[in-house]
Amino acid sequence: MKYIDEYKNKEIAQNILWQIRRISKKKINLMEVCGTHTVAIFRNGIRKMLPQNINLISGPGCPVCVTPIQYIDEIIAFSRKDNFIITTFGDMIRVPGSTSTLEKEKANGSDVRIVYSTLDALKIAYDNPAKNIVFMGIGFETTSPTIARAILKAEEEKIKNFSVLSVAKIIPPAMRFLLESGEVNIDGFICPGHVSAIIGSKPYSLIAFQYGVPCVISGFEPLDILQSIYLLIRQIENGRAEVEIQYERVVKPEGNKIAMDKINEVFKVVDSDWRGIGNIPLSGLEIKDKYGKFNARKFAIKKEETKEPKGCLCGEVLRGVITPPECPLFKNICTPEDPKGACMVSTEGTCAAYYKYN
Amino acid sequence: MKEEKILLSHGSGGKLSYNLIKELFLANFNNSYLERLDDGAVLNIDGLRLAYTTDSYTVDPLFFNGGNIGELAVYGTVNDLAMCGAEPSYLSCSFIIEEGFPLSLLEKIISSIKKASLVAHVDIVTGDTKVVNKGAADKIFINTTGIGVVKEGINISGNNAQVGDLIVINGPIGNHGIAVLSEREGLKFETEIKSDTAPLSSLVAEMLEVSKDIHVLRDPTRGGLSTTLNEIALSSKVDIEINEGDIPIQEEVRAACEILGYDPLCLANEGKLVAFIPSKIAPNVLKKMKENKYGKESKIIGRVVKKSEGKVYLNTTIGGERIVDMLTGEQLPRIC
Repeated sequence: MKYIDEYKNKEIAQNILWQIRRISKKKINLMEVCGTHTVAIFRNGIRKMLPQNINLISGPGCPVCVTPIQYIDEIIAFSRKDNFIITTFGDMIRVPGSTSTLEKEKANGSDVRIVYSTLDALKIAYDNPAKNIVFMGIGFETTSPTIARAILKAEEEKIKNFSVLSVAKIIPPAMRFLLESGEVNIDGFICPGHVSAIIGSKPYSLIAFQYGVPCVISGFEPLDILQSIYLLIRQIENGRAEVEIQYERVVKPEGNKIAMDKINEVFKVVDSDWRGIGNIPLSGLEIKDKYGKFNARKFAIKKEETKEPKGCLCGEVLRGVITPPECPLFKNICTPEDPKGACMVSTEGTCAAYYKYN
Repeated sequence: MKEEKILLSHGSGGKLSYNLIKELFLANFNNSYLERLDDGAVLNIDGLRLAYTTDSYTVDPLFFNGGNIGELAVYGTVNDLAMCGAEPSYLSCSFIIEEGFPLSLLEKIISSIKKASLVAHVDIVTGDTKVVNKGAADKIFINTTGIGVVKEGINISGNNAQVGDLIVINGPIGNHGIAVLSEREGLKFETEIKSDTAPLSSLVAEMLEVSKDIHVLRDPTRGGLSTTLNEIALSSKVDIEINEGDIPIQEEVRAACEILGYDPLCLANEGKLVAFIPSKIAPNVLKKMKENKYGKESKIIGRVVKKSEGKVYLNTTIGGERIVDMLTGEQLPRIC
């Protein structure tokens, strides 16, 4: 398949690995920020192919994983209300809140529907004028433009029964936060390809210059990732810290202006809570007052008291401080069938990837 | 059972289904036939070896690209019998129908069932009809039970995989899963992908003509290839190794998986089988399979490597290695 097979070529992969072994001297930690990268690395068995001095750390780039439990409780509270239809991306429905999940609420009779596109949620609103449709607005810069677009379309078409519970987040502030905290020694970032397709390469410049940490924006096929690792090692070994775009076929330095305009039109940047990390200034997106009628927080809901799962170390995993097997719950109490923390639920979660592929 | 209520994931054919079967059904009904957890039981009645299987069919939508619930109800049960090495002979067919269901649609389904039973050479010899209040069932549910004779010398079972066996699949995987998914509300996308719904009894009969020494036959339906291989590895207590580059997947299916973030190994099939065949006879069986309409694209995808607790390994295209796990719950489209 075009754009897929050529990025899975075994000979080229071996060649890049040879080059990596040739230039790599230092013991280094590279963080793959994005959950899709984490999964691709595991699915292709990349970790075990790398020399032992290169350690890959999974970062906080799984939107389901970094959504604090109180927001899961919030959407669950909506699902318990009469006359509400909850629309959500699939990954969300098994994420445990304090006492329940959307999947369990569905089994109890709530109307919870999985959609692939925000516009599908809007269509459900159009088709069910007597119900309130709440969309769980989760994701990073990749999904936020589509949520913004749905809100703008709802405005244009005067669809009044559609609203969004925004828990959208921005990636670069979280990367800076991890570096500031100094908890983990990160020598280079494998930056998210699709987030960067929207925001471009500029937001990483500060990270490279201020913190001296090289950034390479990577595609998601195995050769993309191997090449990005090579580019990072080359920078590190040469003492450089720059932003490079490996995923040139998709990412432009200036990003996608149309998408950014949509985000800026609908959302304002706010401080945001990240699960396991805490509050990161200016790292979240909330709907502007101008579009307040599409903000699900206009409804009064009764949310249950937040209870964090006991012993769950998702936060440490998300910050890259520990690997999943170091969490006492991993595989014993916390499994994909009965997950305690979000990192085990999402297909892009680090714990799920370790459990499934390692 | 830690969950208080039955969730959709319990019916997905993955790990939760497996646990439910083990911890509730098997724990209560346990006997030497059931504990093999094969697609059907092979009973010995007065010296006659009879394969006996049952399955209930619910699918949304009822009609999809490449098939419908009626065809599935016949072929699914026929295939379960074939996976025991039996020649399917008779089916029962029962309907649970929701009040208000259009008669014209029922006629369409019945006509499909008739056609499918002719194709698969089975007679429908008994049945039942129940109509329930509106809302008490989703349109129509069909249950079929089947029996067929297993010839002497055939000993096919999920616990019979042996070190050195080659693993063969009869064609590309994932078509049914994507075909059905592409027509669901909220996930609609345009595709030419057709379900692979097909009767596999003629293919199996021809394979067994070459040699009765086939060790395992399974149809990777719900839960997909990954779940089926894991079940076999666990029951036979062997480690399995498959090669990513050898697994046939149509380009359109791969593309859909790329978009939705699905793993093709976990997608449902309705016209596929995996066979564990001793390496000596595998080339001849494979040759015969390729001559059958439903086996043209048959391929060796891996082998049984050693006695063990039962793990499935995948050699990735680029030269890495990873574990293949069972599907947990239903596959869900990812966020980005």
